[in-house]
Amino acid sequence: MMTSLLGVLFDGFAYGMLLFLLSVGLSVTLGMMNFVNLAHCTFGMIGGYATVTLMNAWGWPFLATLPVAFIAAAMISVVFERTMFRRLYRASDLDQCLLTIGLVFVSVATAAFIYGTIQQPVQLPGYLRGSVHIGGVTLGVYRVFLIVFALAVSGLLVAALEFTRFGAQVRAAVDNQRMARGLGINVDGAFAITFALGSGLAGLGGALAIDIVGLDPSFALAYLVYVLIVVACGGLGSIGGTFAAAVLLGISDMAGKYYFPAIGSFMIYFVMISLLMWRPSGIFGRR
Amino acid sequence: MHRAMTGLACLATIFLATASANAQSTVKIGVIMSYSGQFADTGTQISNGMKLYMKEHGDTVAGKKVELMPKDNGGIAPDVAKRLAQEAIVRDKVDMIVGFDLTPNALAAADVSAQAKKFMVNMNAATSIITTKSPYMVRTSFTVPQVNESLGTWAYKSGARKAYTLVSDFSPGHDGEQAFQRAFKEAGGEIIGSARYPVANLDFTAFLQRAKDMSPDVIYIWVPGGPQPAAIGKAVAERGIDLNKTKVVGQGELTFDEALKGMGDAGLGFITAFHYDHNHQSAKNKKFVADYNAEFKRNPDMFSVGGYDGMHVIYEALKKTKGDTDGDALIAAAKGMAWESPRGPMSIDPETRDVVQNIYIRRVEKVGGQLLNVEFDKLDNVKDPFKARMPKQ
Amino acid sequence: MTPTDPATAAPAPTAPHPHMAAQVRWRTVEYVFWLATLLPFVVAPDYLALASQIAITALFALSLDLILGYAGIVSLGHAAFFGFGAYAAGLVSKWGWGEPLSGLLIAGLAAGLLGYLMSFVIARFRHLALIMITLGFGLLLLEAANSASGLTGGADGLQGVKMWPVLGLFKFDLYGFTAYWYALIVLFVFFLMARRLINSPFGLSLRGIRENPVRMRAIGAESGPHIRKIYTIAAFMAGVAGAVLTQTTETVSLGVLDFQRSADILVILILGGAGRLYGGLIGAIIYMIARDWFSGVNPQYWYFPIGVLLIAVVLFLPNGMLGGIAQLIDTVRGRRWFGWLTSPPPWLRSGSKP
Repeated sequence: MMTSLLGVLFDGFAYGMLLFLLSVGLSVTLGMMNFVNLAHCTFGMIGGYATVTLMNAWGWPFLATLPVAFIAAAMISVVFERTMFRRLYRASDLDQCLLTIGLVFVSVATAAFIYGTIQQPVQLPGYLRGSVHIGGVTLGVYRVFLIVFALAVSGLLVAALEFTRFGAQVRAAVDNQRMARGLGINVDGAFAITFALGSGLAGLGGALAIDIVGLDPSFALAYLVYVLIVVACGGLGSIGGTFAAAVLLGISDMAGKYYFPAIGSFMIYFVMISLLMWRPSGIFGRR
Repeated sequence: MHRAMTGLACLATIFLATASANAQSTVKIGVIMSYSGQFADTGTQISNGMKLYMKEHGDTVAGKKVELMPKDNGGIAPDVAKRLAQEAIVRDKVDMIVGFDLTPNALAAADVSAQAKKFMVNMNAATSIITTKSPYMVRTSFTVPQVNESLGTWAYKSGARKAYTLVSDFSPGHDGEQAFQRAFKEAGGEIIGSARYPVANLDFTAFLQRAKDMSPDVIYIWVPGGPQPAAIGKAVAERGIDLNKTKVVGQGELTFDEALKGMGDAGLGFITAFHYDHNHQSAKNKKFVADYNAEFKRNPDMFSVGGYDGMHVIYEALKKTKGDTDGDALIAAAKGMAWESPRGPMSIDPETRDVVQNIYIRRVEKVGGQLLNVEFDKLDNVKDPFKARMPKQ
Repeated sequence: MTPTDPATAAPAPTAPHPHMAAQVRWRTVEYVFWLATLLPFVVAPDYLALASQIAITALFALSLDLILGYAGIVSLGHAAFFGFGAYAAGLVSKWGWGEPLSGLLIAGLAAGLLGYLMSFVIARFRHLALIMITLGFGLLLLEAANSASGLTGGADGLQGVKMWPVLGLFKFDLYGFTAYWYALIVLFVFFLMARRLINSPFGLSLRGIRENPVRMRAIGAESGPHIRKIYTIAAFMAGVAGAVLTQTTETVSLGVLDFQRSADILVILILGGAGRLYGGLIGAIIYMIARDWFSGVNPQYWYFPIGVLLIAVVLFLPNGMLGGIAQLIDTVRGRRWFGWLTSPPPWLRSGSKP
């Protein structure tokens, strides 16, 4: 019993890490600019396809493709940000929704056109496959890797936000955008960089997700709901909150499926609704 | 102001970018299935199969030109399917409606086929009852009980006594579960546990851990296509389930090519029952696979062969009726039709208008560095067992 | 009534304020619009099935407009009521009562009741939490319908829906003739209701609450009861729309509860222009026709032009098609004849946020 509980906790945590990588960028950009970017998962999809292309067409090793997935998603997102999104920062939420949904549609069709509707395979290197046994608990090697990787990324992220000048500017902009502008902080510039970083992380998440959830053109829409759930539960602009929410949702999803398979599919929505009723602005949300 | 003008101009251009075609003495075929969304790849493969058949056999039959009119159903949407079927018949004046990737859509369109007395070819949807909804329908795919009862019987025969079943929590999954359990129990086996996982589930470790904890001889898994088979394969490996002690069996989707590529060596030893695989050893299939690869740069799958054989039924029926597209004439011509398909011998049951075919039992093996489904056993000329049990009308 | 001295006469307390009376008056464009809805019978009899589904979508969008455009409740789970009504209508028919009109009423009441219960939760939240709670409830209902396959037929859809002829006379035919006029009349009746509603003092209070709930409370209009009322009404309408879909197609499946349907209807409303009553109608017409057209031209990649359409509308016609087009007409004519159409609520106007 104890070992199964540990196993479930571990798997749930790994799933939560995936959700965290996919959502953290959206949380920060929403908190900072109030820009509703429903196309966030499109950048995840771009990262995924970058990895697949490099591995299958050019034979790159999996790990080497990850930085490229990050950079590809970040660069493409900057192009979109500069050409389209920035024109709508002061527009209504509804217009922002429509624009970004339009973008999702275009990206879905484009991905289907280039890569076909087929499920993209990814062959992990041998050392990331299989499982290890620790104290009777079976741990998937890839999940261990995922957890370590995501923890390292979040550590870097927190450090960057806490201890650098740029991080201070971003925090100021999230806390009070007008005041930050008044103090001479280039909020638009800081936002563009944050946006790129956030999308890059989503790209990384997309690349890492292929092995667990697969990749096809509907990825950009299918994962939108999960990402929104995590962001809402975590609280806008809060990295800690997003982390906590992702872990909570990942674990409750996994535990629900293990212990109550009959209602396993209800679990994630149920947790979200109860959580939001208790704290409407998310776990660590302030607004 | 200027922006608004540009916008309108843009829209106008989009709307004008369209074409129409009209021809005489044609057989018009309304193809209704999902070309977009979650099930887009199914539609793509069926459509590829149909196109290949038309390329091989020419686009004229019985002196008439065959014209396909594809329509996107966009996923589970019987209301849309029904409307598309109505429109195809009323507006486009099609002579038959074909395609149908999903059961609810096929059921809704069947009403229209029955009402309008139009020939209908179901090329994929696999729930048993579908063909009973319109007397003008034939099926060229398979039925869920056909495959899964065969698998249940075979599993017991191969020595398994205790089974655990894990299926997707929606109707086809329930049907698969029921069919496997029924046949396995009838043979004398015992079901020691079962679970249904959420349709959108993508992480199976929890479910497989639970299955492993009960130590069954065989774990039966029903999974629709998509990303789930690969996820299951990986979870089986991660949970350390020993395939020598516990067989992992399922319907063919479990070991599709994409799934095998995704799961890698973890998939070695999985056993599946199915009616078609591109690795089926026959001259007919070798040619089919080669042509398919030349045309579409990928391997055919069960969807492709459903589309391919569907076109075969249409062509042969039209030849028999000498180009007459009347629903009654076409269905009479299609009943009892038998032929050699890439999947092996198959026929249309004259009573139920459903498909009769061999069900192959295959194991995933490494052949020349490639993971393939290798057939090692088969059940000949299986009819849909569900209909055999139904009281005769 | 006896004439009174004009110096002391005040308008009778029941008489509407002149401004509101002017709002209620029917414009020529509106007559033209509704007459134009009859055109499909004459010019496009082959497209009646599509037309009927457009009318249903328009009714659904109208119901979302009541809560989104007029009460400021953004919902990503509105399909819950549409689907609930659709299944209610389907089940009533399956259980042997195939009379369409009473079926509509039953389905509407069922959805309205669900809406009333949910409105107690809805009225307590705003912003992202509200959106996500509506989304969560919608998905929970979808999962519940999937699980209760004994009742709903699960993923195969509900089997055995058979409708009797409308009023005992008009069968739902293959051409969609009955389906279209039936859906159109239902849409028109509910449109009249909605129009009356938003021009009533109740409608004005709603708009006030949308703009500033705190101030409205200070002048004595508590937001909770108002929001509960409009949410229930919108749920009723959405349920009726779902029921019409069930009755005209004689099918129901899980698709009616899908997240996709909630998202689509939101897109349709924003595309047409929220908070304008006709926005949902125009949005439904444009979106459905465009989708039918594009997917006819290319069934595989039609998402591309649709996406481009949405992006173009946002970039070139902000505030939706209706807002943009009316703005254009006004600019061309140099006056604001269509001001009543374009004057969007301030929170929808560029430069402000709710």
